[in-house]
Amino acid sequence: MFKKFTPSTDISGQTPPKSSVQRSLRNALLSQWKITPETLEQIWPKKESLIHVKCRDHLSMYTVQGSPLFFQHFDGPMYPTLRLLQRYPSILPKVGIDRGAIRFLLGGANMMCPGLNSPGGYLPPAEEALPAESMVAIFAEGKEHPIAVGITKLESEELRRSKKGVGVEIATYLGDDLWPLKSL
Amino acid sequence: MSTEDQAPSQDIPPKEIFYCEVCTFPLEYCEFGSSFTKCKEWLKEADSAQYDKHYSEEALQSKLGTLSLEAQKKLEKDVAKKEAKAEAKADAALKKKMSSPVTIKRIERNKRKHVTAVHGLEAFDIELKKAAKFFAQRFATGASVSKNAQGQDEIVVQGDVAYDIEELIEKGTGVLKGIPIDNVEIVEDKKKKSD
Repeated sequence: MFKKFTPSTDISGQTPPKSSVQRSLRNALLSQWKITPETLEQIWPKKESLIHVKCRDHLSMYTVQGSPLFFQHFDGPMYPTLRLLQRYPSILPKVGIDRGAIRFLLGGANMMCPGLNSPGGYLPPAEEALPAESMVAIFAEGKEHPIAVGITKLESEELRRSKKGVGVEIATYLGDDLWPLKSL
Repeated sequence: MSTEDQAPSQDIPPKEIFYCEVCTFPLEYCEFGSSFTKCKEWLKEADSAQYDKHYSEEALQSKLGTLSLEAQKKLEKDVAKKEAKAEAKADAALKKKMSSPVTIKRIERNKRKHVTAVHGLEAFDIELKKAAKFFAQRFATGASVSKNAQGQDEIVVQGDVAYDIEELIEKGTGVLKGIPIDNVEIVEDKKKKSD
């Protein structure tokens, strides 16, 4: 989503949303992420007003004190930015990729099934199986911090069996054009 | 990163992450960046404890993980290639930057009055708005950023200040740093006689 993004041309306006909208956003975050109200309060204090940054292609980003926290495409799910996710890695379910896939991920590729179900990869155990189209934090083999945010294309059990094809579609990754944006 | 809003709480505290100042990635991902050698050098200087954690023999051993030796070799080769590429790219960008022209145009408005248009400053990472403000202050005139006929941004300063601006650039005053004076060109633009 952010493989190519230039703030000067792709941002069309910044506005603070209404407080009722902010409230519904807060609820959306609480329901979509594995996050407690207290933690959310740390990330986005009630007193701080949120700024809605409108970007090209119906992409909206939300910033607090200038730093981007999460973004959304149309009315889709709310993705945390990678910087936020690295500070609070537990807010999303986790999948892992093997070491060989890292360089492709850093080039912006979607993650293929073999990279996820190989010995170096990680998929949640059967009892915590993820449905398709769920948001995940992508970790890399032997690394501590998450490296990307994506949406699973298949159920996690199906991912385990599948030998080819896209497993996780990437929304934002380390080194994309969103990464250098610390403040807007 | 904004870390001001991190009051300690009973809930999950944020993780502290060390970022590399060279490639901006978290330290552990430097090896996949395009400036690995530089990152390594920087970290050795800046924080030897972190350096040992990431680049000691054991760390390197454990990193190999499940990847076969062959794949590892390929990866290393890839990184080296990427690094060389990034360097060449940076070189080319610098070269281009150093040879990009700055034109100062004196435009006649009516007989005795002129405006001065400065074009090409943005190639030297100068913020046009700031530069315009600087000119306005320096010459006590109006200065603004506007688009010219080709749709490029330029600074328009009121009054004939072409040579003053050249001088400022030569000395590198204020925001106008790092422009080689050989690139600066002064052009006159006389109004054509209409009759």
